Amino acid sequence: MLATLLTSLPVENDWINFDIPSFVQNFWPATFDGLTFGAIYALIALGYTLVYGVLSLINFAHSEVFIMGCYGVVLTLTALGFGPNAPNLSFAAIVGDLVVALLVGMVAASLTALIVERVAYRPLRKRNAPRLAFLITAIGASFTIQYIIFLVRGPNPEPAVTMFIPTPIFDVFGALVDNQQIIIIVAALVMMIITDQFIRRSRTGRGIRAVAQDPDTATLMGVNKEKIIMVTFIIGGILAGAGALFYVMKVPSGVFYAGGFILGIKAFAAAVLGGIGNVRGALVGGFLLGLIGNYGQILLGDSQWTDVIAFIVLVLVLLVRPSGILGQSLGRSKA
Amino acid sequence: MSGTQDGPTLMPGAAATQAQDDREATRVPRRLRTTRWGRKWNSMPRWQQWLVLIIVAAAAYALPVVNPWGITTEPGNDFQIACFQMAVYALVAVGLNVVIGFAGLLDLGYIAFFAVGAYTAAFLTSPDSSAIHIPYLWTLPAALIVAMTFGIVLGLPVLRLRGDYLAIVTLGFGEIIRILATIIPAAKGQVGFQNVGHPPGGTEAHPLFSNSNGTPWYWLTVTIIIGVLMLIGNLERSRVGRAWISIREDEDAAEIMGVPTFKFKLWAFGIGASIGGLSGALFAGQIGFVNNQKFDVVTSILFVAAVILGGSGNKVGAILGGAIVAYIPLRFTAIADYKYLIFGVALIILMIFRPQGLIAAKNHLLTYSRVVGDRLAQLRANRKADEKPTSTREQSEGGDA
Repeated sequence: MLATLLTSLPVENDWINFDIPSFVQNFWPATFDGLTFGAIYALIALGYTLVYGVLSLINFAHSEVFIMGCYGVVLTLTALGFGPNAPNLSFAAIVGDLVVALLVGMVAASLTALIVERVAYRPLRKRNAPRLAFLITAIGASFTIQYIIFLVRGPNPEPAVTMFIPTPIFDVFGALVDNQQIIIIVAALVMMIITDQFIRRSRTGRGIRAVAQDPDTATLMGVNKEKIIMVTFIIGGILAGAGALFYVMKVPSGVFYAGGFILGIKAFAAAVLGGIGNVRGALVGGFLLGLIGNYGQILLGDSQWTDVIAFIVLVLVLLVRPSGILGQSLGRSKA
Repeated sequence: MSGTQDGPTLMPGAAATQAQDDREATRVPRRLRTTRWGRKWNSMPRWQQWLVLIIVAAAAYALPVVNPWGITTEPGNDFQIACFQMAVYALVAVGLNVVIGFAGLLDLGYIAFFAVGAYTAAFLTSPDSSAIHIPYLWTLPAALIVAMTFGIVLGLPVLRLRGDYLAIVTLGFGEIIRILATIIPAAKGQVGFQNVGHPPGGTEAHPLFSNSNGTPWYWLTVTIIIGVLMLIGNLERSRVGRAWISIREDEDAAEIMGVPTFKFKLWAFGIGASIGGLSGALFAGQIGFVNNQKFDVVTSILFVAAVILGGSGNKVGAILGGAIVAYIPLRFTAIADYKYLIFGVALIILMIFRPQGLIAAKNHLLTYSRVVGDRLAQLRANRKADEKPTSTREQSEGGDA
């Protein structure tokens, strides 16, 4: 039956087309764009990785934490007078406004993360629920937040917010690199280095690593486990808020109620790719996934292929290296 | 819960004693009505059980014709078609229950198998497709096989991993199938396939299985559900079912006890996928039209909500959960817009306060449930009659000899 089905399917080229000339031509622009998206994925992936490291739990609602950050950013910028056209403001004023939007986005995302932790996860921890139960409440929380946004803001994307017109700064191998890409990549790298150093060097960071390694022993050693879990969710929220600002900068009209969902899956794939529970792995995985997705997109000629390829890469990586590229847990990373 | 072999005769008596001891040791705080019903059910003779089942089945078949006042979804929605949708959701929930409820694998992309089944039916019957055409009823086994193949191909790499990964990969898979239906030209995206076939019967102009009349479709689906329930029930009580439950309860322990966990997880995944494909083909046949808009991941979450709501691991619960999830938005059209919100909140609340769902699963003693149920009743009577706590075990052992 299957054999006849397969042979009877149309054989002419209407399944998948490979566009190699376009791939060669657009290789370098796609690389820089891929790195930019990769930086955003990496920021979101850190939220997944930290929570997974500490609680061994996939925080499905993290995509909604991110989208709440996006709403915080977009609504703040709209309130500050930004619109579809680039604002006619001085450099300092734009930077000031963006910092305000960034802070609002971070606060919105962290608050969402905290509420999710309180409402959906803590009661289950108190009851020693099985792992499946956590995943299901996470789904429930994600769903609930999505449809609360849906009811409040409607099904349409928020009006586009343009922060500034990307202007090319220099070119590499004939590809122009603009200031937007540089800002996103550099800022994301700085935030990730700060996070990495915070976890490796600070007192709280040591607490996070201790709880990740062994929650019970950490509690016996005087670590306040509940506080550490809260801090972890807050850090994840802050990074997601930063990712939200960059995402809105890159995709001005991409903010709608379900907009975080597929991005969340990709960010999680990035975290797994690099080694879940590993802070540096999230960085590697994010950039790699951004690149692979972009290459696939121009090779296959439709932007939706990005998601398909991200998924296939995730499955392939899990197949050959289940612990990811840098596969090391949060608890075992050295101080 | 050892996976492979049970002792031939000694087991039931010992198990009953053990179960009674367990029950008294854990001190279940409240006896819920459902468990009382369960006990009553187990203490009925076989012929009475069959009688009840036949009456329930007859009532189920009569439902769209009787169209009872208060339950009907009219005037908002056609009740016959509503019945069909409830039945499809129930079938989906039965299939997903094998994956989530029995084997404990969280499959969040079940809609993908549903979509695969629907597209298989469309490819093989719709005049819009250039593939070979076969009669509609043959697409049901075809959809079953194709969906099962998809399930196994996806399961082979992923089921070797921890459960969390499975959840996210299936979630991605559910989304990917929809995207592929959009961007692959042969799947025709939003244009889709018109005039998907239907079973024979009636005249050319007025077919018995028409798109506007839900009743025959409903009867067909209910018949399939009954068949699937019988097969699943047998699996559940067999070695396979015991293996699934042992995997669900503790995968490492199951592996150590000699259960080939990967094999049985693949079984569960494949069987679940095939039932999903079957229900997709039924759905496509009744609607008569398949395109990429019908298979979003949120519906997949509704399926999970149906299984959890009804009682993960319980067939009857799954049917009830599926029917409720389909019924509520159709009956109460005022809240239909809020259905995703309602079921999202319901998932959280259920997981915190009643993780076992409306009808709790029978966790223990599936194979010997009848024998053990009798013994339990006997033991309970003995303990009630005899105040001395030590004598019970002696009595039960005396009973065995």
